[in-house]
Amino acid sequence: MAEIVIKNVAKSFGSFQALHSIDLTISDQEFMVLLGASGCGKTTLLRIVAGLETPSQGEVWIGGRRVDKLPPRERGIAMVFQNYAVFPHLTVFENIAFGLRMKKLPQQEIDRRVNRTAELMHIEQLLKRYSGQLSGGQRQRVAVARALAMEPDVILMDEPLSNLDALLRLEMRAELKGVLDASKTTTIYVTHDQVEAMSLADRISVMNGGKIVQAASPVEVYRNPAARFVGSFIGNPPMNFLPARRGSNGQWQVAGLEVAGPASGDALEFAIRPEDLTVSPDGFAAVVRVVEPLGAHTLVTAEVGGKPFRAVLDSDLAVSPGDELRLSPKPDRVRWFDPESTKAV
Amino acid sequence: MTATVENDTPKAVETARSAGRFLFIAAVVLICAWVLVPIYLLMVNTLSSPQEVTGFPKTGIPSFDFSSIQFFISFAGVAKALWNSVLVAVLTMILSIGIGAPAGYALSRFDFPGKEAFRMLVVMTRAFPLPLLALPLAVLFIRTGLDDTAIGLAIVHTVLAIPFAVLITFSLFSGIPLELEEAAWTLGCNRWQAFQKVVLPLVLPGIAASAVFAFTISWNEVFAAAVLTIENRTLPAFLVQNLNVSPLHLKFAGGAAMVIPALIFIFAVRKYLFAMWGIANR
Repeated sequence: MAEIVIKNVAKSFGSFQALHSIDLTISDQEFMVLLGASGCGKTTLLRIVAGLETPSQGEVWIGGRRVDKLPPRERGIAMVFQNYAVFPHLTVFENIAFGLRMKKLPQQEIDRRVNRTAELMHIEQLLKRYSGQLSGGQRQRVAVARALAMEPDVILMDEPLSNLDALLRLEMRAELKGVLDASKTTTIYVTHDQVEAMSLADRISVMNGGKIVQAASPVEVYRNPAARFVGSFIGNPPMNFLPARRGSNGQWQVAGLEVAGPASGDALEFAIRPEDLTVSPDGFAAVVRVVEPLGAHTLVTAEVGGKPFRAVLDSDLAVSPGDELRLSPKPDRVRWFDPESTKAV
Repeated sequence: MTATVENDTPKAVETARSAGRFLFIAAVVLICAWVLVPIYLLMVNTLSSPQEVTGFPKTGIPSFDFSSIQFFISFAGVAKALWNSVLVAVLTMILSIGIGAPAGYALSRFDFPGKEAFRMLVVMTRAFPLPLLALPLAVLFIRTGLDDTAIGLAIVHTVLAIPFAVLITFSLFSGIPLELEEAAWTLGCNRWQAFQKVVLPLVLPGIAASAVFAFTISWNEVFAAAVLTIENRTLPAFLVQNLNVSPLHLKFAGGAAMVIPALIFIFAVRKYLFAMWGIANR
């Protein structure tokens, strides 16, 4: 059992507040992804859990034990670093065995664990090599194997795939997911890649400016963003936003259209995902600016009420720049945000 | 007409290029000659018989006569001076790495107030000319009983060698990613174990090089050695004192005895010295 509880953790570097009072609970065996743009504090939070950084305030609990004053080696964690951190003076075997030797395990157990994790990561034929003789992808595998061999309660991963090329990243992503599911450890995974986050996570914590904006399942984060930031950060292309004013008989005025919405408030922001738009005669009047055929779909960038507005449309539809389209939102996919607090309404 | 112009332009460029090339080669030859000719003459005269050294005309080719060297080695006091030199150099090596390497590690790994000032200060120790310091140092050493001892001289040489030890080890430690140490911490090491198991094996060749460099600095240093020792002279100080009044072939033999070990040492560690000055580590 290794539940991770982060209580009121904050961190400042000099006058820069990297983290503002973070509260987060990651349940046992959960795969939690910390997602955010660079500089949002996600790596700092991970390093605080690892013990490589001390929080300015707050507590970190792992498996019912308060660990924020303990050094990394006493926390029951293993970490995979962005640049792999494979020891260059040791063979792959000794790299994987490194932590096991520190634990003073018998040689037989070390052999067993090294061979098992090497097999798991498909590097059994590389055990005698040095890191200088490995490719980036192979180093990555060694780093993961080294972490798994520790049989830790918690695995922490800091952008482990960001240094791999696109194809390899795709392959490693699927493999990581399988291996980590099977290992039944609690995982915190830091990334700035939303596709990676969506595909791996049980739960995503979207971070911005040193705060967690939303922590929920990938689908929930995508469908029901808790704040404007989440909607604009997740999804490619991102959500469309239009200003809305209170109209007559409880309806909302959005770019010349009457839309049903929340009962309270005077001014809100209307939001819709580009794929939740259909071409129909009673929609928004949109002037097409750019048409990008993507094969399965066509991405249309248009202008609605003077604002850029994207729609993912059927690729059979014949549109060209300058055309006028009528785009109407699917009513159950419309979301509303408070322009003051940027929170969802 | 156009044809002439077309032929002319590239020719001009080529002439300029070949002129530049000539200058470059000439400069290289000049610098090499500047360094190599004295060493060559030193070798020739060391390996010639005493008669050849003083005789004329010169052949410019060594006759591989070892009588000068043999005489030099058996010269009274040389063996003792050589032993003193080695002793002082080894002590200097140990002291300057013992003090310099931790300083280099701290500079590369920690942020502390006054870090820049400290770096400056380390180099500043070389700004004071030794002759200026020699008299007060001699007085101080006599008062504390450090005069004419190997350790006393080694302390002075350490002061001379430390800037290099700090700068070389600083660049060595900076070349080791912090992530490697952090990985070791998460894999069960405390700070010292991580240093010992990960950082040390990676910097050891460089540390050895920097130690050899400290050795060489002490080996070649003559001024402090001449001022601060009387009975226990190191080889350079001994030679300065005695060779003035020695025959020419002995001077050459003594000179070679000083130059050759230093040359070998510097050659062995050249790669790390280049790295220290920021030139690519090849």
